[in-house]
Amino acid sequence: MAYSDKVIDHYQNPKNVGTLDKASKSVGTGLVGAPECGDVMRLQIEVDDETGVIRDAKFKTFGCGSAIASSSLATEWLKGKTVDQALAIDNMAIVEELNLPPVKIHCSVLAEDAIKAAINDYRVKNGMEQIKFEESIVH
Amino acid sequence: MLKLPVYLDNNATTPCDPRVVEAMIPYFTENFGNAASRNHPFGWAAEEAVDYAREQVAKLIGADPKEIIFTSGATEGDNLAIKGVYEMYASKGNHIITATTEHKAVLDTCKHIEKLGGEVTYLQVKRDGLIDLAELEAAIKPTTILISIMYGNNEIGVVQPVREISAIAKRHGVLFFTDGVQAVGKIPVDVIKDGIDLMAFTAHKMYGPKGIGALYVRRKNPRVKVTAQMDGGGHERGMRSGTLNVPGIVGFGKAAELARLEMDQDAKRLSGLRDKLESELLKLEEAYVNGNREHRLPHVTNISFKHVEGEGLLMGFNKNIALSSGSACTSASLEPSYVLKALGLGDDLAHSSLRFGLGRFTTEEQIDYTIEQVSKTVLKLREMSPLWEMYKEGIDLNSIEWAAH
Repeated sequence: MAYSDKVIDHYQNPKNVGTLDKASKSVGTGLVGAPECGDVMRLQIEVDDETGVIRDAKFKTFGCGSAIASSSLATEWLKGKTVDQALAIDNMAIVEELNLPPVKIHCSVLAEDAIKAAINDYRVKNGMEQIKFEESIVH
Repeated sequence: MLKLPVYLDNNATTPCDPRVVEAMIPYFTENFGNAASRNHPFGWAAEEAVDYAREQVAKLIGADPKEIIFTSGATEGDNLAIKGVYEMYASKGNHIITATTEHKAVLDTCKHIEKLGGEVTYLQVKRDGLIDLAELEAAIKPTTILISIMYGNNEIGVVQPVREISAIAKRHGVLFFTDGVQAVGKIPVDVIKDGIDLMAFTAHKMYGPKGIGALYVRRKNPRVKVTAQMDGGGHERGMRSGTLNVPGIVGFGKAAELARLEMDQDAKRLSGLRDKLESELLKLEEAYVNGNREHRLPHVTNISFKHVEGEGLLMGFNKNIALSSGSACTSASLEPSYVLKALGLGDDLAHSSLRFGLGRFTTEEQIDYTIEQVSKTVLKLREMSPLWEMYKEGIDLNSIEWAAH
C-alpha cells in the first residue's frame, strides 16, 4: 500500500516528538492503544491555566507510519487551540488531511482518543469532572 | 557498487535467473506444441522438453522422474497431496496430523478436510519453532493416514527434523507429506534418505518462473496414490489433468539443475551474509532472533526489535529495501503473524519483527546498507516510542492496564 505524501512527510519529519512533565498540574497526558494491537500513542498537552489555551503539545507513538503521522498532526493542530476547541477535533478531519486509506482509519481514531484522554487527565488534575465520551468506532 | 533497491524478500518469491529465462524462450514461440500431441513434431519437441525437465527436477530431490507430478505451484501441490490422500485412503482412516506453523495452503486445506468430516490434530511447536517428536508420535491413532509437516518454515526458516518425523510415520504405517517450498533448492533434500512419501515444491522460490510447481508422489515402498483434484484429460498419470505448461516446466527444470549445481556455494555465501546481518543487528539493544538458530535455512533470519512496530520500521527504508514484517499492519487481517505467536511470542514482539530472506543475487554491499538503514531506523523510532521510554524508565509494561481496542 502506498502512503500519501503527507504521511511520509510526518513520518520523516515528525513534529513535536517528546515528553512533557506529567506531574505538572498544567499538563494533561493521554495514553491510548495497546502493544498487543500494534499501536500505542501518548499525547500530552500543556495548558495555560489563565486562558485555557494549549501552549504546547508532544507525542510519542509506537505504531505504523499512519499512526505516527496521525499523532504528529494532532499535536500540530492542538497548539494554540483552547481546550474546548481541541475537543472538537474529529478523527475524520485527520483522515482527510492525511488521506488515510480505510484500513488506517483506526490510527486517526486513536489520535482523537488520545486528545480526549489528555484533556480528561488535565481536567481531573485541576478539579474538573471527566467528560464522558461516546464509545468511539470499534477498531 | 551498491545496487538499489535491495531485495530481501526471497521467501516470498525469487527473481528468475536469466539462464532460466533463456532456456524458456524457445518454448513460447518455436516449440509451442502441446506435450500431449503424440503425432507431430511440435508435440514431440514439447514432450521431449518436459521429459528432460522432469529428470532435472527429480534429480534435485533424489526422485525418479515418474514420481514428479507437475502442478501450478505449491498451493496446488499442498491441496492435491492432502485432499488427494484423504480421499484415496478414506477406507484406512480420516485423521491427519499437522502443526500450527504450517503455511496457510496446508492449514486451510486441513480446515476444509475437517468440514468434510475428517479429523485434524494441530501440533503446537516449541519455543524455537520445532515440533516435539514425542508429541507427534503420541498424536498418532489407528485412524491416522497422513502426517503433514513442512520442511523449512517460510517466516522463520526453521528446519524440522524431517528424518525423525518420517521414521515415526513409517513405524506407524502413516504417510508423510512435507511442504518443501522453502527448503528444496536451498538445502539438500533427498526423498529417499529423508523418507518422504509426498512433497510439494515450486519453481518461483528457486529462481524459476511463477505458475509452475511439482508434487513428488512416491512410487515404491510404499506406492502412494492421490485422488485427482482436477479432472480432465488424465495428464500426469491421471493425478493432475490439464495441458502442461511447457515453458514453465522447462524453466523449472533449468532452475532445479542450477540449484543442484550451485546449492553448496550459494548456501555457504548466503549463510555468511545472513550471519553478518544478524550479528550486526543483534548489537542493537532488545533485539531477538525468532526461532531455532541451529536448525535453520541458510538464507533466512527473523528478528524482533522490541518496542518498535514492524510496519513503521519498514516505512523508514522500504523505498530502498524490500522486506516483510510479521506486523499485522502489513497484512489485511490486522492480526500479527500466527507463526510468531505459535512460538509463544507476545503480540508486541510479533508486531515488532522483520523477516530477512537473502537470495542468489544479494550482495555484501546490500547487506551492509541494510544493516545501516535498519539500525538507524530502529534507533530513530525508539526515540519516539512511548514503550521504549517506559522500558528505559524501568516501568513494567505488563503492569499497565492497556485499553484494548
